[in-house]
Amino acid sequence: MSKLNRRDFIKISGTASAGMVMTPPLTSIWKTIFSDEEKPLLENEAKKVPTVCEVCFWNCAGWTYLDKEGNIKKIIGNDIDPHSNGRLCPRGTGGLGMYYDEDRLKKPLIRVKREDGKSEFREAEWDEALDLVATKMKEIEKKYGKESMALLFHGKTGPHFEHLFKAWGSDTMGEPAGAQCLITREAGFIATYGAGLASPEPTDVRNTDCLVLIGNHIGENMHNGHVQEVSALIDKGGTIITVDPRFSTMAAHSTKWLPIKPSTDLALLLAWMNVIINEGLYDKDYVEQYTYGFEQLKDHVQKYTPEWAESITTIPAGDIYETARLMGGASPRVIIHPGRHTAWYGDDTQRTRAIAILNAILGSWGREGGFYFPEKVKLPKEAHPPFPKPKWTWKDISRDKHKLAIMGITNELIDHALPEYKGPYKIKGMFITATNPLQSIPSQDTIRRALDNQDFVVVVDTMPAEITGYADVVLPEATYLERLDHLRTAHHRQPNIALRYPAVEPKYDTKPGWWIAREIGIRLGLHDYYEWEDFEEVLDWQLKQVGSSMEEMKKVGVKYFPRKTPMYLKPGEEYWFNTNTGKIELYSTDFEEWGYDPLPVYKDHGENPPGFLRLIYGRLPMHTFGRTLNNPNLFDLKHDPHLWVHPKVARIYGLENGQEVWLKNPKGKVSSFPIKVRVTERIRHDSVFMPHGFGNKGRIWVDGKKLEMHRAYGRGILDSEMIYNIEIDPVTGGTGLRNNFVTILTENPHKKEAKS
Amino acid sequence: MAIEVNKCVGCADCVVACQTENNVPHGYSRDWIVEIARGEYPDLYMHFESQRCNHCDDTPCVRTCPTGASHIIEGGIVKVTHDECIGCGACIEACPYDARYFHPEGYVDKCTFCDHRVADGLDPACVSVCPTTCMHFGDLDDPDSEISKLIRTRENYTLIPEAGTNPQIFYLK
Amino acid sequence: MEEKLLVTAREIHGLYPHVHIWGFPIATYLFLGGLAAGILLFATIYYIKGKEDEMPFTVKIAPLFTFIFIMIGLLLLVYDLHHKLYVWQLFTTFRIESPMSWGAWTLVGVSIFSLLWPLSYIDDIEEYLHERGWKRLDWITKFIRTLEHKCKIFRFIVLFFRKHRKKFAYILLFLSIILGIYTGILLSAFNAHPLWNNSILGPLFLTSGVSTGSAFVMWLSNNKKERTRMSVIDMALIATELFFIIHMIMGMQAGPEAFQQAAHLFLGGEFTVIFWVFFVGFGLVLPFILEAMELKGFHIPPALPAILVLIGGFLFRMIMVYAGQMSEYPL
Repeated sequence: MSKLNRRDFIKISGTASAGMVMTPPLTSIWKTIFSDEEKPLLENEAKKVPTVCEVCFWNCAGWTYLDKEGNIKKIIGNDIDPHSNGRLCPRGTGGLGMYYDEDRLKKPLIRVKREDGKSEFREAEWDEALDLVATKMKEIEKKYGKESMALLFHGKTGPHFEHLFKAWGSDTMGEPAGAQCLITREAGFIATYGAGLASPEPTDVRNTDCLVLIGNHIGENMHNGHVQEVSALIDKGGTIITVDPRFSTMAAHSTKWLPIKPSTDLALLLAWMNVIINEGLYDKDYVEQYTYGFEQLKDHVQKYTPEWAESITTIPAGDIYETARLMGGASPRVIIHPGRHTAWYGDDTQRTRAIAILNAILGSWGREGGFYFPEKVKLPKEAHPPFPKPKWTWKDISRDKHKLAIMGITNELIDHALPEYKGPYKIKGMFITATNPLQSIPSQDTIRRALDNQDFVVVVDTMPAEITGYADVVLPEATYLERLDHLRTAHHRQPNIALRYPAVEPKYDTKPGWWIAREIGIRLGLHDYYEWEDFEEVLDWQLKQVGSSMEEMKKVGVKYFPRKTPMYLKPGEEYWFNTNTGKIELYSTDFEEWGYDPLPVYKDHGENPPGFLRLIYGRLPMHTFGRTLNNPNLFDLKHDPHLWVHPKVARIYGLENGQEVWLKNPKGKVSSFPIKVRVTERIRHDSVFMPHGFGNKGRIWVDGKKLEMHRAYGRGILDSEMIYNIEIDPVTGGTGLRNNFVTILTENPHKKEAKS
Repeated sequence: MAIEVNKCVGCADCVVACQTENNVPHGYSRDWIVEIARGEYPDLYMHFESQRCNHCDDTPCVRTCPTGASHIIEGGIVKVTHDECIGCGACIEACPYDARYFHPEGYVDKCTFCDHRVADGLDPACVSVCPTTCMHFGDLDDPDSEISKLIRTRENYTLIPEAGTNPQIFYLK
Repeated sequence: MEEKLLVTAREIHGLYPHVHIWGFPIATYLFLGGLAAGILLFATIYYIKGKEDEMPFTVKIAPLFTFIFIMIGLLLLVYDLHHKLYVWQLFTTFRIESPMSWGAWTLVGVSIFSLLWPLSYIDDIEEYLHERGWKRLDWITKFIRTLEHKCKIFRFIVLFFRKHRKKFAYILLFLSIILGIYTGILLSAFNAHPLWNNSILGPLFLTSGVSTGSAFVMWLSNNKKERTRMSVIDMALIATELFFIIHMIMGMQAGPEAFQQAAHLFLGGEFTVIFWVFFVGFGLVLPFILEAMELKGFHIPPALPAILVLIGGFLFRMIMVYAGQMSEYPL
């Protein structure tokens, strides 16, 4: 038989089993070297730093979670924060992507040669770049005067540069939040109530019985606190009435959706007033005590019947009666919410006036379930010498035409920067921070010409947006997670402050806005206005003035203060409103004085040009326009926009779901990039819808290397590109952008051009 | 888990919160949003669904795993032990909900109901972050828990019940 | 109009628009596994029946190829794994509910036995190679003979195997049936894909595998009687396959909507032509006719129907893997 002995057998089996035993440890070693599986961060392991989110303007307070190595792992809402109630929206949750984005601006850039179309930059050290900025600003001062240097700003970075400019001696400034967004709404409400709405709007949604959304696609705009309160309202079984030409998210969750024909909203509002007044559904005591001009209003709306409105808005008269009765029945716990971005068709201040009037006759202003009186903490500003008085300011530019402009009109500033402007208020230098005017301010061609006409352009930004390509100097700012900014003192039900504290050191060679402003200020000789070295000193001083401290704020993030004034009107209480008459002006004496319609009058805004579809744009809940498209976390959620097209239109053009199309407007302008089609019944057959802010074209060359937002580049169409018709609101200068039309091209128009 | 579809606005906060909580690599997601729309303008209906692994009671994935890497832990949460997974893909084929995917490291990954948070008495990241508070998590075996009461009192449905997997996420109308 | 769309971007490779993580490697493995099972089934049955000399190729030579097929199959499987370093985990446990676990262990068992079996018939293999004129492969047989001389353990194992061949034949028969049927059961356990989720798939895969086995023998055997016998068996198997296929499709058509949609893939959908023309037509019906003609006296080169059956078997696995993944429950 076999001569196999035991020793041999054991040797062989030993090798085999050793092989089996060795494999697990080998794979573990392999794993340790080659893979780094990250375990989730546990609550008790994390270091938490308070922050205020900057991804949108709701500015929720939250906590930045850092792991043991000091890396940012996640951002969670602050439980006691009234804006977020401990739950951030998707953009806030994904805010850390802003920090980790590898396409960020990393070093100051200086333009080396100025050619048409192609921008060449070289990296520079901070000292050189800041010296250059100061030098150029002094040059403009010499040649044209300090007033000719304009500041376009946005967000929490803005105030640092506002201080710089005012200290220097220029008050030529504006932000897109004005003319492009809120100014028409604020003017309408201020004219009526003597007070605007600001942010966050003091709408008492969680206590209301009836919420009317006319111009507010909440749920697609993630106005965090309000979305939460609307959700609570749905739980309660409250009534939600949505007026929207398309079947928005909130329309799907509403009690009633009124599919209005675009541009006819004022007709609906006037018809509602008609029903509410004629059927006695208004709050009689409230109107009696607090309003002025009721009789004139009553006479004025008699001709605006629901039957008339039906022919204009295509909403059945029965629905108009029904919804008016719902609103009246809920009075005074009813809110007609105007939303934001209220500049639509050029008569927008009149429309927001109508909304304000409607709220007033339903008695909701200053009442529970309506609009509460918000209060904010007044933080003392650090002492400094008085600001010099410039020879002319944004008011001279804006209020010439628009009497009730309450802030700088950005497009007026742009117009004054054009080569064809020959008047006294010339703008020859621009300082742009935290805004991309090519996307946000219409029209693109005007802005390009204005920028080309400048002697000097400075851009302070975190990302290489398209605007950086027009700058002479680009200064990289640190993101909100890496810097200090002013304390948040937004108004709310209870006055509160929130601290933004840097969680990590600025990445790359970026600097906080306050530091950049201070450095420029020192170089301009403004030492007196910058007696502090570190902005933390300023904040600590401010906090101590109101009985708190940096220590405390770093621990709690948000601090409340007691109210000094009541939140609601007491029944029968005497109240003086900040208007000419001291009452809520249904009939506006201000408007009358300046020659505008004192009561809103319906104006027809025309029809589609034949063969063209109305361009409706809006928001997505997971993006803040161009700001977040390159954010790796938010890009993961959605990277391609879709063009909503009605099936009838799809049939006419021969479109399929997912097909790429280009857009063309009546002026012949063709979109740079294509967009994918979504065939849906949720849009009207005479309109198309797409989200605002896509179609990024930002690309610059730095020392021969390309720098761009590579994820966002070329995806979708920028609506601003297609907008040619800007209807200026005569009262405020607000830019109405919703009367714009496009047609669909199924073939790539740029290829055709190249061929021919 | 229970999700109220009459409140969900499809913001995808649940998706990005899961990503930052669980270090999900870019380009992958453990949960996702589906939109369902019906009708003809203007008689329309629409709602969103936040979908993820349903942690079924009759899991086809655990049954078919050849190494036992896919397993069920206390509470009914279905998990994958990364070091035991060979990456064969049987569980991905078995799942009717597209919940599972190959992680770039090679093993199979999916929603874990944030069991590391549940162990500490917290809700999963998606439930904790949802701004409309439309997501609820709790013990379905306890008849007095908030979630059991919700499911008892509200009209609800599960996804693809005909696949026979007995999913444990209930969508409340 | 009804819309169901994915709102968030989830372009994970292999999941959208439908799950497609298994492809050519898996389909090829399924084919090779079925073929190996078929060959071994015949080898062991005829051996147990004592017909090893009547069916020499079937019993003595064919199992050698089985070993090669299984090795290729295993390589393909491991290549297809996404977490390859951990493949040893398959063998730290046996999960009775998982057909894949059954398959892993069965493959190991079959590969060992399918190697030992031909080794114990090394003389007959040599003779076969000489008959066929494949002198090139002489070095294999020479190498094995040298091994037999030099290595004591090797000789011991081979002799042990030769002595207890009948017992091992029963074991191998059992293993080959499992090998042939488990892939079908594996697929039918996936509720997520209606096309696979029926109880006929297991027997269908087994029949198809055995059919390819008999075709293989028919092609390469030197013995005319053997070839004829295999040809008759193959005809019976093809008929059974056709019966199963009709039964499966009719069953799906009679089922709920998801199953009807799955059946539609073959009844007007993307796979209609390739299934009916190429697989059923060229892979089942045509070889059946050719084999019948051969029996009637027409001279048909045996390679022709055999290769058609083999290609048909491979096509069948490919179709089932691809079409199966396309069949889903609509969310």
